[in-house]
Amino acid sequence: MMENPWFSVGKPEHRIDAVAKAAGAVRYTADYSVPGILHAKLATSTQAHAKIKSIDVTESWKVPGVRAIITGKIFPFHIGPILADRPPLAFEKVRYYGEPLAIVVADHEYQAKRAADLIKVEYEPLQVVNSVREAFKTDAPLIHENSGQYMKIISNVYPVQGTNIGSHIKIRKGDFIKAWENCEYKVKETYSFNLSDHAAIEPRCVRVEINPTGKVVVHSTTQSPFTIKKVLNQFFNIDVGNIIVHVPMIGGAFGGKGTVQLEPLAYLASKAVGGKMVKLEYDREEDLITAPGHIGLEATIALGTNKSGKLMAGQYTYLIDSGAYTDQAAGITRAAAIDCTGPYNIANVWCDSYCMYTNHPYATSFRGYAHPELTFAVERTMDQLAKIIHMDPVELRTINAIKPGNSSPTRTTLNASNIGDVSKCIERAKELINWNEGARKETAEGMIRAKGISTFWKTSTTATNAQSGAILKFEPDGSVNLSCAAIEIGQGTKTILAQMVAERLKMDINKVHVTMEVNTQTDPHQWRTVASSTTFLAGRAVMNAADDAIAQLKRTASIALQCSMEDLEIGGGRVYLKPSPEYGVKIEDIALGYKFPNGHAVEGQVVGHGRYIQRHLTPMDKDTGFGKPGPWWSVGTQAIEVEWNPKDCTYKILKALTVLDGGKIINPMTAVQQMRGGMYLGLSFASHEGFQFGTDGTVLNPQLRTYQLMRFGDQPADYIVDFIETPAADGPYGARGIGEYGVIGMAGALANALSRAAQIELNHLPLLPEQIWNVRKEFKNDSV
Amino acid sequence: MISNGTSKTVVKLHVNGETRDVMIRSADTLLETLREQLGLTGAKRACQNGDCGACTVLVNGEPMHACLSLSIETVNQPIMTIEGLRNSSIQQEFVDKWAIQCGYCTPGFILNCHALANKRPDADDETIEEWMQSNLCRCTGYQEIKEAVKSVLQNHKNDSAS
Ligand code: FES
Ligand code: FES
Repeated sequence: MMENPWFSVGKPEHRIDAVAKAAGAVRYTADYSVPGILHAKLATSTQAHAKIKSIDVTESWKVPGVRAIITGKIFPFHIGPILADRPPLAFEKVRYYGEPLAIVVADHEYQAKRAADLIKVEYEPLQVVNSVREAFKTDAPLIHENSGQYMKIISNVYPVQGTNIGSHIKIRKGDFIKAWENCEYKVKETYSFNLSDHAAIEPRCVRVEINPTGKVVVHSTTQSPFTIKKVLNQFFNIDVGNIIVHVPMIGGAFGGKGTVQLEPLAYLASKAVGGKMVKLEYDREEDLITAPGHIGLEATIALGTNKSGKLMAGQYTYLIDSGAYTDQAAGITRAAAIDCTGPYNIANVWCDSYCMYTNHPYATSFRGYAHPELTFAVERTMDQLAKIIHMDPVELRTINAIKPGNSSPTRTTLNASNIGDVSKCIERAKELINWNEGARKETAEGMIRAKGISTFWKTSTTATNAQSGAILKFEPDGSVNLSCAAIEIGQGTKTILAQMVAERLKMDINKVHVTMEVNTQTDPHQWRTVASSTTFLAGRAVMNAADDAIAQLKRTASIALQCSMEDLEIGGGRVYLKPSPEYGVKIEDIALGYKFPNGHAVEGQVVGHGRYIQRHLTPMDKDTGFGKPGPWWSVGTQAIEVEWNPKDCTYKILKALTVLDGGKIINPMTAVQQMRGGMYLGLSFASHEGFQFGTDGTVLNPQLRTYQLMRFGDQPADYIVDFIETPAADGPYGARGIGEYGVIGMAGALANALSRAAQIELNHLPLLPEQIWNVRKEFKNDSV
Repeated sequence: MISNGTSKTVVKLHVNGETRDVMIRSADTLLETLREQLGLTGAKRACQNGDCGACTVLVNGEPMHACLSLSIETVNQPIMTIEGLRNSSIQQEFVDKWAIQCGYCTPGFILNCHALANKRPDADDETIEEWMQSNLCRCTGYQEIKEAVKSVLQNHKNDSAS
């Protein structure tokens, strides 16, 4: 076979957006302004749980420039992506500190802000539910008195009326009770961490206007423009066709911009001023606590093995702190159940995954969607189990690694294509972290160097009809425009899609122009840009569109060249005869149809279109969890080496390692970027992050100064990334998803490394030196 | 009526080598003025509290948080924003070293790094860290940014040696 000189897949092509970004020339949502635009600001709750007795806006109206003030009375209904349980503006009661209560619209932002500050709210405080543990108690105060009446937007959400349970997902596979009795070795431990935040550097921002014909035009920092249309349609009765959403490039999202939160507020604000364009740009404090964050968790895991260390039974209880509303936490609760075991083969599984209401800021999807969280708990349990069995923890993982022929907790049968190679990942990671040289050592300076390992998997729980589309439009210079509603959030998706186009059409990637901005009116439908699903879904759509374009190009060329289409081949910007490649026609001469020398013309512009929709996915059975929730699992192993100072419990991360089986890697450099960025996010979460709550449920650290995250210099001295490329038969060029995976095993690996270093069990995050110090103190007290 | 400090004054700012008239309130920050009046949106608003560095610009060659500087304080001082830095080696290094993902933090990092290379061309790792800690990036994990900064400093050294 002739080598394709225009190959692009597998090549580290430069990101198509990097030069403009380095020049500061990219305009993000907040960077646009128009004369006369109005500005909205929120008044938010200062209480975590209280009845609203009155809202007094008299003083606010006295601020010059104020054009409208609205409160929850204007829209006393509930919305939500899974369970409709959240009023966009609180009415009757507030359920978290920072919840929107009123919107002020004014000529200038400072006027709106001043007026919002002057709104006086009278509250009647209610007892605060400050943890999932408290929320679970039978006599706990109720956060939602009527949760059983809320409208379900998708199946697989089960609120329990009269409790704080927003949803309860069960897995019942095999016979856990019997298997547990027969286990030789057993371990049961509890893990926890608080809610935290995505903290994308770009705060959320939206502009909305309603034009006189009733068209609602939205510009937003969103990962889900088509979901905005759906929500505005479902809850505000606007025809889907009358809603147009524009999305420029996004300054980081990490799942936080996947749900719909500020768009309905800006819509109500615009409506209140007769449809004028209103901009709502969050301050950092609002972005952290008013907008949804990252779940908290309390998990209890029991694992049992036979004599030789084979896992026989696993029980998992996940109490997910979803905060005041379920939002995507209800889906995360489901995802946590689906993959509850981690990538291990266990025949008898019992899982109860609860989405718990508390009086905390509410949570939504976060990169990894339940997996970084469950993996932390599972991987800590694996290490503690290995200790009990006196087995090397890597060995324990290897002998239990899930394989083709096994089944997942929801009893999906695994095969060589839908699951990557777990054992190979473990083996490679073990080598790269030099596990055999010892997992714990003392240095001459009295420091402890220790390693920790973590294995993970994840399937993408997309909607069962999640889909994507793509359009390829040719230019008379032979170049091609790609429109596709996949959003560039920093992950490099537009570059990846350009590569697929170039590869399929065997053309120079510089001739592929990708529309960076998404416009729901002109781009084909795309489910969302979440769940590591874009390379897969949009990739398949793009390949499909390329094939369509190729057929059209060949058809036009066959007329020009007077031959049959079957004889033609495409490449290098030409369509040519297979047997005599020198005989052909340039794409530029047929891109807008072919014109004969006498002036007659045929065919017309080449416009390829393609689409792809998930196949054979099903919801889960309510009682047992049985179902097929996702198309494939990417799997991997991560490891960490730390240097820990036993004197003051501080530590440095020396190495962070990821071995991922993500199928074919389309761009090795953007893939490494994604892995490192994910590892950083996971490590920052595990080592530094979390909201601190006062006893009254207020957030004590709603700023980037007090909400600590890893800064330059705190990162691992060395990031190692390696890929195993077991192709996914379904994936474009054999690719699976990789976007979220770098983050998943980091908390588990870091906690395992530090537990080994300090010779204690660190089961709570974040792993701040104080935390390690305190646990060590408890351990010492225990042992005397 | 509540007074809001709404009265405005026209002043001249020296931005990217040009003198520009702007109309400001005494409370306007440099970040607001650059973005809203001059359309220089490369400086980003991400915390307005001095915590993230996304708004970094150079005033008199010094990296400053534009969100914490009042416009009125910068009258008569040369201001440089990312738009004023064209085809610099730093921008190229950020591209070449894959130090850019979403790009939101990028202008701030690049300007900070530009100032570092000018002021402390022989900065050691510790100094680099001290300088760069004022900027947050949530996408990259800092490794590529570190490589870009180091190679800029190295190139500087090589240039001045030859
Ligand atoms: S916006 Fe100025 S430091 Fe964050
Ligand atoms: S590249 Fe996204 S914040 Fe730095």
